[in-house]
Amino acid sequence: MKMLFNVPETVVADALRGMAAAYPDLTVDVENRVIVRRDAPVAGQVALVSGGGSGHEPLHGGFVGPGMLAAACPGEVFTSPVPDQMVRAAAAVDSGAGVLFVVKNYTGDVLNFDMAAELAEDEGIQVAKVLVNDDVAVTDSLYTAGRRGTGATLFVEKIAGAAAAEGQPLERVESIGRQVNENSRSFGVALSACTTPAKGSPTFDLPDGELELGIGIHGEPGRERRPMMTSGEIADFAVNAVLEDMPPRSPVLVLVNGMGATPLLELYGFNAEVQRVLRERGVAVARTLVGNYVTSLDMAGASVTLCQVDEELLRLWDAPVSTPALRWGM
Amino acid sequence: MLDADFFRRWMATTAASVEREAERLTALDSAIGDADHGSNLQRGFTAVRAALEKEAPDTPGAVLVLAGRQLISTVGGASGPLYGTLLRRTGKALGDEAEVSEEELAEALRAGVDGVMALGGAAPGDKTMIDALVPAVDALGEGFAAARAAAEEGAMATVPLQARKGRASYLGERSIGHQDPGATSSALLIASLQEAAEGGR
Repeated sequence: MKMLFNVPETVVADALRGMAAAYPDLTVDVENRVIVRRDAPVAGQVALVSGGGSGHEPLHGGFVGPGMLAAACPGEVFTSPVPDQMVRAAAAVDSGAGVLFVVKNYTGDVLNFDMAAELAEDEGIQVAKVLVNDDVAVTDSLYTAGRRGTGATLFVEKIAGAAAAEGQPLERVESIGRQVNENSRSFGVALSACTTPAKGSPTFDLPDGELELGIGIHGEPGRERRPMMTSGEIADFAVNAVLEDMPPRSPVLVLVNGMGATPLLELYGFNAEVQRVLRERGVAVARTLVGNYVTSLDMAGASVTLCQVDEELLRLWDAPVSTPALRWGM
Repeated sequence: MLDADFFRRWMATTAASVEREAERLTALDSAIGDADHGSNLQRGFTAVRAALEKEAPDTPGAVLVLAGRQLISTVGGASGPLYGTLLRRTGKALGDEAEVSEEELAEALRAGVDGVMALGGAAPGDKTMIDALVPAVDALGEGFAAARAAAEEGAMATVPLQARKGRASYLGERSIGHQDPGATSSALLIASLQEAAEGGR
């Protein structure tokens, strides 16, 4: 597999140096792997800190900026960052109003953020946490690590970030974040596996003419393999999986998310099919976002995330945001 | 009796065997996880080896506490906190004696394994590192060779199990038929105990 890097050991550091050069509004600490908005800490504002393995770009570093995250901590590819990074980030962005950790539900992320929260509190920083677990492909039971955090992470970070930017207190920002997660569900499909720089070959074997249903964002195989389906058939399957788990009572935000190697041309077409299914099912759409936001390296495929919103959540979604990957109203 | 030198050898031997087996660990992880277990542990134990050379802690407990802290700060993922906790708890349980008996090590390692179970929430049979560590600790009273055999057997016995913790659990029944990478690396850690003991003779 041909990939655009010098050596696999430095892919994360190289990407951070490149981000630093591209985005002067960010302070990028390449050595300690922390990305911070340049004007942090912002007086009177709760600071959102997130992080996770690299390979999901623009998540999380691309979402740092006014109206969204105050800092992000990238780990190695598909590997949770370490507590030292999160503590450093929290100390850099805390204005005294407290810090909200946005944590995707993976064993590693949860353990490292838990350790970091304890250490940060020892340093006198008030910390709250929101766990994101929106992936309906995983049965949430005692017999799994619980549902994975995927596309809903973008909704949580944007909407809770907007609440923080308004100066709402930590408790409130945390409860908005939780509400967004509870109102969100996702389902993803892969048309190809992804290749991690360290391994250099696909993480699983997916023959031509087949697809994986119910994949995560770490190149792990999904729940089920089927002969290749059309965009319309995939939209039916994915949207119905989401709606089965969460029959919507209010209008939804729609995220049609590319996994990294699927062109926008295909994603737009897929979105047309997703909107058709929603129309057929009588679901009102408040806003739609299409693009590569929560990716899995070079995996081909897409995920659908729906988030039910009331007027307040919709207002916060529409609020101004200025980050490398999401930018409007400013 | 086992002194700080023995524990330094244990960590150095583990680092060497993780390096040797990194590709195999990653291949196992690729089948039911995310294909990075080998490289992550390799990074961690390389840092452990460097820290032990630099700081030269002089008691068995201090060696393991330092090693655990290094793993937590460098590995990430679930393995960092879990292996870090295993070594830190074991080291703390050893106290600050200059030398410890094999029985004391067995007891301390049990405290370490309990710490891992408390943190990760896994029990025997969940297809995790616990499936190698618990039988190893049970067998440690009969010597390092017995502990090694028990750990390796425990790791092999994860093949028919369905994963109930960690990333492999997302696969449900599709996790059956693969050896657990965490149990496999835990068996390397235990096997290194025997090699460290032989290296000191």
